[in-house]
Amino acid sequence: MKITADTPPVLSVLDRPNSYIGRAVPRPNLQRLTQGRGQYISDVTLPRMTHVAYLRSPHAHARIVSIATDAAKKAPGVVAVVTGAELAKTMTPWIGVLTHLKGIKSAPQAPIAIERACWQGEAVCAVVARTRAQAEDACELIDIAYEELPAVTDPETALDAGTPVIHDSLGDNLCFERKLDVGDVGKAFADADAVVEATFVTGRHTGVCTEGRAIVADWNASEQRMTVYHATQAPHMMQNLFAKHLDLSESQVRVMTKDVGGSFGIKVHTYADEMATVALSKMLKRPVKFVADRIESFVTDIHARDHRIKGKIGVTKDGVITAFEIDDLTGIGPYSVYPRTSGIEANQVVNLTGGPYNCPNYRAQTRVVFQNKNVMCQYRAVGHPVAVAVTEGLVELAAAKIGMDPLEIRRRNLFPDDGYPAQTASGLKLEQLSHHEALAHLDTMINYAGLRAEQKALRDKGIYRGIGFASFIEVTNPSAAFYGVGGAKITSQDGATVKLDAQGAITIHSGVTEQGQGAEAVLAQCVASSFGVSMDRVRVVTGDTDNTPYGGGTWASRAAGIGGEAAWQAGKALRGNVLAVAGAMLQAKPEDLDIRNGIVVDKVTGAERLGLDELARVAYFRPDTLPPGFQAELMVTRHYVPRAWPFAFTNGIQASYLEVDTDTGFVKLLRHWCVEDCGTIINPQLVNEQIRGGVVQGIGAALFEQCLYDERGQMLNGNMADYLVPMAVEMPDIDCGHVVSPTADSELGAKGAGEAGTAGAPACIMNAINDALRPLNAQPLTDMPFTPGKILAALGKI
Amino acid sequence: MKPAPFAYKKVRSLDEAIALLGENPDARLLAGGQSLMATLNMRLSAPGLLIDINGLSGLDGIAHQNGSIEIGALARHVQAERSATIAKHAPLIARAMPFIGHPAIRNRGTLGGSIAFADPAAELPACLLALDGEVDAHGPKGKRTIKAGDYFKGLYETALGPQEILTAIRLPAADANTRIGFSELARRHGDYAIVGLAASARADGKGLKDVRLAYFGVANTPLRAGKSEAALARGDVDGAVAALDLDPHDDIQATGAVKKHLAGVLLRRVAAQLMEQRL
Repeated sequence: MKITADTPPVLSVLDRPNSYIGRAVPRPNLQRLTQGRGQYISDVTLPRMTHVAYLRSPHAHARIVSIATDAAKKAPGVVAVVTGAELAKTMTPWIGVLTHLKGIKSAPQAPIAIERACWQGEAVCAVVARTRAQAEDACELIDIAYEELPAVTDPETALDAGTPVIHDSLGDNLCFERKLDVGDVGKAFADADAVVEATFVTGRHTGVCTEGRAIVADWNASEQRMTVYHATQAPHMMQNLFAKHLDLSESQVRVMTKDVGGSFGIKVHTYADEMATVALSKMLKRPVKFVADRIESFVTDIHARDHRIKGKIGVTKDGVITAFEIDDLTGIGPYSVYPRTSGIEANQVVNLTGGPYNCPNYRAQTRVVFQNKNVMCQYRAVGHPVAVAVTEGLVELAAAKIGMDPLEIRRRNLFPDDGYPAQTASGLKLEQLSHHEALAHLDTMINYAGLRAEQKALRDKGIYRGIGFASFIEVTNPSAAFYGVGGAKITSQDGATVKLDAQGAITIHSGVTEQGQGAEAVLAQCVASSFGVSMDRVRVVTGDTDNTPYGGGTWASRAAGIGGEAAWQAGKALRGNVLAVAGAMLQAKPEDLDIRNGIVVDKVTGAERLGLDELARVAYFRPDTLPPGFQAELMVTRHYVPRAWPFAFTNGIQASYLEVDTDTGFVKLLRHWCVEDCGTIINPQLVNEQIRGGVVQGIGAALFEQCLYDERGQMLNGNMADYLVPMAVEMPDIDCGHVVSPTADSELGAKGAGEAGTAGAPACIMNAINDALRPLNAQPLTDMPFTPGKILAALGKI
Repeated sequence: MKPAPFAYKKVRSLDEAIALLGENPDARLLAGGQSLMATLNMRLSAPGLLIDINGLSGLDGIAHQNGSIEIGALARHVQAERSATIAKHAPLIARAMPFIGHPAIRNRGTLGGSIAFADPAAELPACLLALDGEVDAHGPKGKRTIKAGDYFKGLYETALGPQEILTAIRLPAADANTRIGFSELARRHGDYAIVGLAASARADGKGLKDVRLAYFGVANTPLRAGKSEAALARGDVDGAVAALDLDPHDDIQATGAVKKHLAGVLLRRVAAQLMEQRL
């Protein structure tokens, strides 16, 4: 383990000549994307293609009494007007449950609502027309009679006897609950010198992708095959689901992703309108395109993080944490989202709370309740920001209560760096983390002592600045433990196929997918390094179920750690095969040779022996000159799945420095830091940008973003003017530092880095605000987002 | 997000535009389009005809004459932002300009469009009121001039008649005794303000007179704070804050109580600007 500079040196294990591991090399798709030549789903145009627009329920909960479609059917350009009942003949409904979430339940969900709409924004009728504009025009001609039903919109009362039950068949509004009681929590609180309680609220928000959800489905009746162009993170998962609910075999479905303009977990779920689009193509036997516009995105893209958590921490006067306790309540939508469920987030909150700390006493309860609001599911850093907010909020409140420095209380409780493997109270198995080294690095990086001195000096002038921290652990590289064991057809393994072409260049096909995050750069780096060519000799192909190895795609920070390892191994295997050919041609032992910078060389001396172009020429066009019985194998596939550990946990710590204007309640972020440990760093630039992007989404959670609903279940701010995401001016400089603890489960040793920023930033900013306001005796702020109004209220100014 | 069908006509003269407005009661004028296009695409409005006035010549000038600054209705925000005339003779407009949206919006949006649309949370309507400016309107009966105090009638409602087109904004040119102040609080830079305040006054010895405070984001129109103006003229900042009789509604970003509190904070900040200035 060692601390690296922002551009770390090449690591010894992976130190092949011309290695790209650890280098900030540009991504191979950069030119295409920056020159506007990317191809997104919106760019896909097929012969006879139609466009679908969905008429959406204006009510949060309503019985559909009647749908009059005659006028719409006669409107210009209209091909078909289809109701939920009609579409049900083509596609079967689904239920979003997993067997390893014990007791989770949900109701069958249809692609278009039948008889009843359960949230404002649920599709109730489809119009397919020659253009999207014509489809939208015709939507206005559909006359639907609704009978409004009472809406369940408050999680606190969702389980009360007097509250209407959304789905009668389920008996109540409870989707999932879990309880955990580890150690002796009662005794631990009794033994504590101080007990701090607080109620935390994390605002319901959503991941606002630059590219909205988009899909083109093309049913070819002649070959009985469905081709789907889909902005998705997980093409093989979608292949399975489209096939299953259209009653097709998987071989009858091909899913291609093209370029994807950001996903953040938004594009890894089954969306009713996307399923409907595929069903409509089958029904109409022609291509159908659906592109979610921004307005419908806000009421249909999954929401997340709508939690209320009562938290409690016990601490001795020496700063030893004796126990954590949480009571979590989360209000999801009317359905658990398929197939990953809306229970995973709450389950993660229970798993992750207290995660960085060596504290054996932990009691937790979570309840997930249905509501008549848009569906909730997994968004970047699933459950992490919630668990970290509670944990780190409690830790800093406890530190303040006993008068201890917030870094010092962490030093006394974080799992020791030399104590691994370890296990958290909730049962998470930790291979090797580096909390203390990360903390020490952060302490130096931010010049903590200097920052505290500056803070003190400015307070004397009436300027209130705060310093806040958040330690965290992060789930990455998930094994089958995440979904596979629960019965979902979501693979945790991934594969890479590499081949040498006839001019000595490499093509890699991978099962992970590019969302704009740079996965293709990582794949190219891995295969170029392990095989031995420069990156410009590598072409990367992803996102096509007909042509890539079966894989899970991109989610839970798996693309680099899992997809990268498969690419690394495939490149290595192809090198072996190529050297076998070279050995045959050169009458040398393959083990005495290597491939460096595209040339077969003598391993010891580095002397050039044979160009790959010449080797390929002979192997493909003059195989007759090779020894009898020798067959060149210039295409290989390797797969990888984490086996030794259910997840490759990473860790880190963030710091926020900010200023609160105590007259206005406005917060100005001055600087933000993150030190994290994602194991081997394949591309430091991409890692740092993952961290920074994640931090910015965390800033949104802490200060700006919230899907606001009224008591009737109407979303009040479903547009980009009213739903505030942080923009460039709101972003401080974000500095990244790294500690490197490779996982021993793979040769590459890489873990994920996609969740770290989002996981820690909200808690960190919360703690900094409370640190700033502590001298003013403000009530601790624990209800995100921290708007000027909430801060003024805490200061007693309104 | 496709607009409902509409007819489109790019006009070559004011008279043509006025005539079309008369013939088509559901027509809308298209200038910079920075508010209109969004409402069209969201189908919040569905006019039968868009009358594009961007081709009209002579309506985008910025001139200093006869003690006034005249700004043509089609002048883009970016023109005003970069105008030496505005910087020197209409410093309140110059001060407000960076707060209006983002560069992309200021490149297209027009000053006339902002005043004609009269968004109660927008900067320029409040500036017009604070400066006691006036607007020129052309209609079937020719041109008339409307004082700012008579112009703002209600939420997105102005004194412009259905066939009238706003053609120019006129502001008194600043001189050595002019004092101006501007401040606003928005959640993010470039957003509509939670509350904002545009102010002008005249130096009167060491004090101020003719104080005009125009709030935005607190009511259905930009709003003068008359009692506070009088207190400020007496040099009584605390009294001015205490005399604020605003009653803002809750909106999505802030409650009325928060807005009211922030209005007081802005008053102190703007008062300091008015008093400290030495042009």
